[in-house]
Amino acid sequence: MARAVTPRRKIITTAVAWAIGLLIFFPIYWTILTSFKTEAQAINDPPLFFSFDWTLENYAVVQERSDYMRFLWNSVILAGGSTLIGILVAIPAAWSMAFVPSRRTKDILLWMLSTKMLPAVGVLYPISLIFVQFNLLDTRGGLIAVLMLINLPIIVWMLYTYFKEIPIDILEAARMDGANLREEILYILTPMAIPGIASTILLNFILAWNEAFWTLNLTAANSAPLTAFIASYSSPEGLFFAKLSAASTMAIAPILILGWFSQKQLVRGLTFGAVK
Amino acid sequence: MGHIILENVKKRFGEVTVIPPLDLEINDGEFVVFVGPSGCGKSTLLRLIAGLEDVTGGRIIIDGKDATSVPPARRGLAMVFQSYALYPHMSVRKNIAFPLRMARLERAEIDRRVKAAAEVLNLTDYLDRRPGQLSGGQRQRVAIGRAIVREPAAFLFDEPLSNLDAALRVGMRLEISELHKRLETTMIYVTHDQVEAMTMADKIVVLRAGNIEQVGSPLELYRNPRNLFVAGFIGSPKMNLINGSIAAQHGAETIGIRPEHIFASSEGGEWHGKVSVSEHLGSDTFFHVTCDGIPEPVTVRVGGEVDLHYGDDIWLTPDPNHLHRFDTQGLRVA
Repeated sequence: MARAVTPRRKIITTAVAWAIGLLIFFPIYWTILTSFKTEAQAINDPPLFFSFDWTLENYAVVQERSDYMRFLWNSVILAGGSTLIGILVAIPAAWSMAFVPSRRTKDILLWMLSTKMLPAVGVLYPISLIFVQFNLLDTRGGLIAVLMLINLPIIVWMLYTYFKEIPIDILEAARMDGANLREEILYILTPMAIPGIASTILLNFILAWNEAFWTLNLTAANSAPLTAFIASYSSPEGLFFAKLSAASTMAIAPILILGWFSQKQLVRGLTFGAVK
Repeated sequence: MGHIILENVKKRFGEVTVIPPLDLEINDGEFVVFVGPSGCGKSTLLRLIAGLEDVTGGRIIIDGKDATSVPPARRGLAMVFQSYALYPHMSVRKNIAFPLRMARLERAEIDRRVKAAAEVLNLTDYLDRRPGQLSGGQRQRVAIGRAIVREPAAFLFDEPLSNLDAALRVGMRLEISELHKRLETTMIYVTHDQVEAMTMADKIVVLRAGNIEQVGSPLELYRNPRNLFVAGFIGSPKMNLINGSIAAQHGAETIGIRPEHIFASSEGGEWHGKVSVSEHLGSDTFFHVTCDGIPEPVTVRVGGEVDLHYGDDIWLTPDPNHLHRFDTQGLRVA
């Protein structure tokens, strides 16, 4: 039986939802606000909410000191490249797990996910050695490979859950109609799974965009993305909270806008498999 | 062409044997129906012929060529699924054209064939709709259209009518039969409904637990069921099966008599009983009669309207020419 939605209950749940939403959003809001303050006002006690001298100086300084566009471009290449390759690898993998499962499929899925439980720093040394050995340090190619591999389990899992919802009869019909494996995946499975694939791409793009551990440790100048751009303002020589905030705002702005316009897809992606 | 031979075909899923070694020949142009209760392996057998499942042993020969390890796409067979299995993201036109596109036919030829199939199946006005916008019967027609455009060696139907309502089912049954007459292509049709089997088949294959119980024309099966299972499965309403002393009088372990082969009278006859339930269909009346010395109620058909009611006395006389006798193994005694 459905619970009655009384006006009072509705007001309370709405208020709680707003409170949680604001709480989560507050750090981002504070970062954006701080980016418009002077350095002195940024560390003022008590904190200033509105009554300060709004300034664009931080943005000007950040722009002058470092080449934002270069970092942005690297972020786009790294996040986009790793997601794209990940999807191409994951579609056949998820196809086989969803439609021709073996006795070990469940174990393999769990084992894949278990790699996400390992702290990244645990493999920093071996990965760094491999990078040195193969001259991959500070290359986009090397980093795309690492980002793709660390997110692959999630991509496969998400696609697997979406594919499971597609009736196998339809794929079998394609086989009877003369489609080979490539045509079956290209013309039937992929178009039917487009919503799922889109939200998978989106979520992984965001994950790769925000990935900081590997991007900071394996890059220097050439292939550094926006995470490195932010980190360069957190220097031990002094406190530059306002400039750090300006840099952060510039770094998160593209992904924030992307996320805003694709909310619906994202929500479906994040709750994957929860509701059929 | 559409000549299919199954030689010693076996199928196991893990430890479970679904099809024990089985031989079957399907001739070109035949309408063959696989019938049996659910779980009898009839769908698995069809999927083995389609190539959607691999055989565990044996050979499948299609038109003289060993097709045992040929993938489904290259066996030249078309299949109509119970769930229709239309491509939801494509229009009806594209659904029907899909097998032709896969066969790399020319654009003009594809258009011509799709148009022809749509006309035959009354789908011309729906070509630009998506499957989601069609009724069950229309979807079924699209599925059939997708099968016929390829001009396959044989059609495989997997319980194609079970998702339709009763009235539509009778109509589609006729349409499929007409299609068979016109195309003269081999059709293999799986169903659990013996009425579909009786009305459509040239040859019925009765299956139980993966074993072929009997193969024959509908009337052969009706007249000479090889064993108790076929006797009870073919015919509607079911044949009356009677054990005990009455069967012994006829020199058998079990005797079978169809409701339409019993003569009923309110004056006298071989077996006495009382009417329990009567079903009036207008053209026929079926009485369920509780007879002295027979544990199960006996069903009897009486032509037209007969004025007998609950609890009335009735005498039944089986037609000796249509009495089936079975031995202790359940096999027919000649």
